[in-house]
Amino acid sequence: MITMQDVCKSYKVAKRNAGFGEACKALFRREYETIHALRNVSFTINDGEMVGYIGPNGAGKSSTIKILSGILTPDSGTVLVDGRVPYKDRIRHVAQIGVVFGQRSQLWWDVPVIDSFELLKDVYSIPQKQYDNNLEELTSLLNLSELLRTPARQLSLGQRMRCEIAGSLLHSPKILFLDEPTIGLDAVSKLAVRDFIKKQNELHGTTVILTTHDMQDIEALSKRIILIGKGEILLDGTPEDLKKGGQSIDETVAELYRAYDI
Amino acid sequence: MERKIVSRVRLYLHYVSINVRSAMQYKTSFFLTTFGQFMVSFQVFLGIYFMFLRFKSVKDFTYSEVLLCFSVMLLEFSLAEMFGRGFDSFSGMIRSGSFDQVLTRPRGEILQVLGSKFELTRIGRMIQAVIMFAYGITHCNVDWTVLKVLTILLMIVCGTAVFAGLFIIYAALCFFTLDGLEFMNIFTDGARETGKYPLGVYGKKLLLFTTVVIPYALVQYYPLLYVWGRTDKVWYAFMPLLALWFPLPCLVLWRFGVHHYKSSGS
Repeated sequence: MITMQDVCKSYKVAKRNAGFGEACKALFRREYETIHALRNVSFTINDGEMVGYIGPNGAGKSSTIKILSGILTPDSGTVLVDGRVPYKDRIRHVAQIGVVFGQRSQLWWDVPVIDSFELLKDVYSIPQKQYDNNLEELTSLLNLSELLRTPARQLSLGQRMRCEIAGSLLHSPKILFLDEPTIGLDAVSKLAVRDFIKKQNELHGTTVILTTHDMQDIEALSKRIILIGKGEILLDGTPEDLKKGGQSIDETVAELYRAYDI
Repeated sequence: MERKIVSRVRLYLHYVSINVRSAMQYKTSFFLTTFGQFMVSFQVFLGIYFMFLRFKSVKDFTYSEVLLCFSVMLLEFSLAEMFGRGFDSFSGMIRSGSFDQVLTRPRGEILQVLGSKFELTRIGRMIQAVIMFAYGITHCNVDWTVLKVLTILLMIVCGTAVFAGLFIIYAALCFFTLDGLEFMNIFTDGARETGKYPLGVYGKKLLLFTTVVIPYALVQYYPLLYVWGRTDKVWYAFMPLLALWFPLPCLVLWRFGVHHYKSSGS
């Protein structure tokens, strides 16, 4: 179970006006602006739930994921994931979760994908038998058999994303964080990724939290949506709650963004 | 505890192997870089060589003694670069966000950063160092004893640790500046360059600095005095061990940096 209670997080961002002169001035004296990435964010996610976490760019989605995966420490508030405080008990915590950043790769660029997987096996100290079973299952579900012997740099984006997701599930994590897993994918790959996430959730009861800008992802996957804007949770409910009035979900969300001025 | 260490060593070797496999994908680049590394330090060697054509000695240190000195320092530096390259190029890791990935793995940050890069091309520099070293030991009339061999080994191991400590400081500072700090090269590349000659030739102030602050002299000047037979003080042979204090504050600074990163986000 994941609980976040009154979590706040702010950053200091250096600001300056445009131009070379201003850049020189900023070398010596900087003006900082505090940005509140999260203000009193609270929610609870139960085991086996699939939650879509949406909001415009810069709303605080990534900060939330980073706090839940132990990368960042919040300024205040309490965070508990299966009884662990992620940022205090990092190593024990991350052994139980899987994280995929859609815009970054965890695969070694120049070697076949299977080599990266073998390394992950040692990183997570996965027992041989569990590794073999998981690899076999992931290979057939994600259709990886052709890809495993190819260097990551030669994969297409969709192929690479399938491998990234497989890599983050080799150690059978209970919770999977997906930060924009379908960004830039073509229709076929998107469907494959969505299908797989759904299956993974049904088969193993993996809790899935995904951030996305693609409302079809949300419709296809999650029964629950959390909408965040300007660091605050604005809505926590089902896709149906969003869709009142029979418009398409994209229009509704755009309207919501406008209504909340985010 | 023992199992933990075994698992860490295994993982590190796995990292090394995957790094080497990656490097082998680009054969030409690998050989050219290695050759380049060799040539860079070869030119420094030529500098010393031509100087000794004119002068017979530098503050009564002979040509072969200086070569021995330079080769040991070069070996230490290259080893540190080979193993510690991940720290040396750490600013890239921060900027690309791959340090976030490090934090999502159930392993220590240091082990993962060390493993992120293993620079096999530094072997070019090491070959150069070994050749000079071989020439140095065969021509400087040292009466080799077991203790003297041990001294050289201590110098190499502890010297590598000192350079590695500097790389760690360099990386730790990236947490605050989010960018590389070229000024740190004064201490790394600078030490390699001044380390060509026995540190005693530069005068008392620099000797004091390199004894107390950044302890290069402990892994170069003093133990070499013993190896050359220029001093009877046997404890000079163990001076390199004293230098092992240096990586400790570096690691503290690193910890502090990681902590800062986790609370500031980037």
